[in-house]
Amino acid sequence: MRAEERSGWLLATPYSAFLAVFALYPIAFAVVLVFLQWDLVTPPSFAGLDNVRRLAGDGRFWQAVANMVVFLSIHIPLQIVTALALAMALNRPLVLRAFWRAAFFLPVVISGAVVAILWSTLYATDVGLINHLLVRMGLRPVPWLTDPVTAMPAIAVMVTWKNVGFYIIIYLAGLQYIPRSCQEAIEMEGATTWQRFRHLTLPSLLPQTLLVVTLSTINGFQLFIEPYVMTGGGPLRRTNSLVLYLYTNAFSYQKMGYAATIGVALALMIGAVVALQRRLIGTADAQ
Amino acid sequence: MKALGRVALYLALTLAALTFIYPFLWMASTTLKPPFEVGTLTLVPDQMTLDNYRTMWARAPFGRALLNSALVATTITAAVLVFGSITAYAMARLRFRGRPALNAATMAVLLVPGQLTLIPLYTLIVQLGWIDTYAALIVPYLFNATAILMLRQFFLQIPQSLIDSARMDGMGELRILFTIFWPLSRPVLAIVAIFTFMGSWNEVLWPLLVVREQHLMTLPQLLTVFALGGGAGSIGVSLASAMVLVVPVVIAYAFLQRHFIESMAGSGIKG
Repeated sequence: MRAEERSGWLLATPYSAFLAVFALYPIAFAVVLVFLQWDLVTPPSFAGLDNVRRLAGDGRFWQAVANMVVFLSIHIPLQIVTALALAMALNRPLVLRAFWRAAFFLPVVISGAVVAILWSTLYATDVGLINHLLVRMGLRPVPWLTDPVTAMPAIAVMVTWKNVGFYIIIYLAGLQYIPRSCQEAIEMEGATTWQRFRHLTLPSLLPQTLLVVTLSTINGFQLFIEPYVMTGGGPLRRTNSLVLYLYTNAFSYQKMGYAATIGVALALMIGAVVALQRRLIGTADAQ
Repeated sequence: MKALGRVALYLALTLAALTFIYPFLWMASTTLKPPFEVGTLTLVPDQMTLDNYRTMWARAPFGRALLNSALVATTITAAVLVFGSITAYAMARLRFRGRPALNAATMAVLLVPGQLTLIPLYTLIVQLGWIDTYAALIVPYLFNATAILMLRQFFLQIPQSLIDSARMDGMGELRILFTIFWPLSRPVLAIVAIFTFMGSWNEVLWPLLVVREQHLMTLPQLLTVFALGGGAGSIGVSLASAMVLVVPVVIAYAFLQRHFIESMAGSGIKG
């Protein structure tokens, strides 16, 4: 064997072994688990399609799916608007530009667990900062996390706040690629600020917007620690996310087969939603 | 008119920045307030007290959790840098028959959402008997596909002539990697180090699954359990425990913000 061939194998072996045990085996076993019933104590038993059938008729699962729809349909548009607005504000000659950028990015580096604990207190009905401000403005306090209607939107706003710094960076990178000559040309034509935004900036940023939509969808489906800490999935299971439901089935009910089935369904859902978004935005691009 | 626009812009930026910074300042100040002052907006407590920190420290093993978190995050970061570089070097610069398959497998693994493998990985850890061990927290993270692809991309750009002449001098591949490639790769190594460390430092779902013993809990897990289990008893105490996790991060971020932003924006979101 050539020396290079030998060293190649040698250096790649630890990773190949790792990949087999901690990535490929779990992917394959996820599919096997769908057909098993297993509480981790007694040996697993073959369950045929029981898990899939159960999933199809499980009200709590479908409630969690509906919750994710609520969450994503607030989170994604809000994330695009806030990130784009702040990126455009930052994309000009500014005093302390690095400071502003760092300020907006700060929540990204903080653990989701901390942000959830902090925002539980900000959203608290009696002593929360947000209601304190509302009362000062002469408004009535809102039971943000204990009202089934406001709880999920409140969490969606918080997650948008936490991640916006990340998406600002994506949009800032895109804004720098819009050629100066295009900007000058459109200004010479006498376009208003709105027209410039609508016909130059927004279309030029389509690839970035597609990325923001995709990533905020993928990250959004991972929603776990926020409802786990802030609401426990309540009130009336309205904030029960799919990952929280999966975790509960595995950790509290010891139903490995069923939890894995939820995981597979979740992965398929993410793939389908992302593919659909790409199609829709791709069509918009063609027009 | 133009000046007015600039004033409005800075006003808007200040307001926006405040909504991102003020909650953290309020959190820091609340941990120094006695319970009856918690519901106030002011940042400077009328009566400053360290009681919240004393209570938090006495009620749960936060010192130990800090050590656990530091140990786990440091080990994982070192492993991802060293093992990741070795793998990336082979995948970028050594021609061997399995290489295309390895590249393809790495890309494929990145496309699979973590939720799919969470339960099978958990059952694997249970079967290995690793529940309540450091191994459960560390081993599944020893290699990182994102890091390997980033390092590989960087290693591809280093000129072949450097490798050839080093081989001529009789240097082995590992020596070439660590004495020639590494010094040239500092920027990408820093990027990988930061997002790996931060990902591990902030991770909470995985520890919640594989660790139940309080003395083995990492910081984010312990403070979550502490806040939820009612151990904290009050907002001030619960936020004080969160400060233990936040303060080191904010200090590091203050000095290295540009690297943090570049690193964490380049790798996708975690935590």
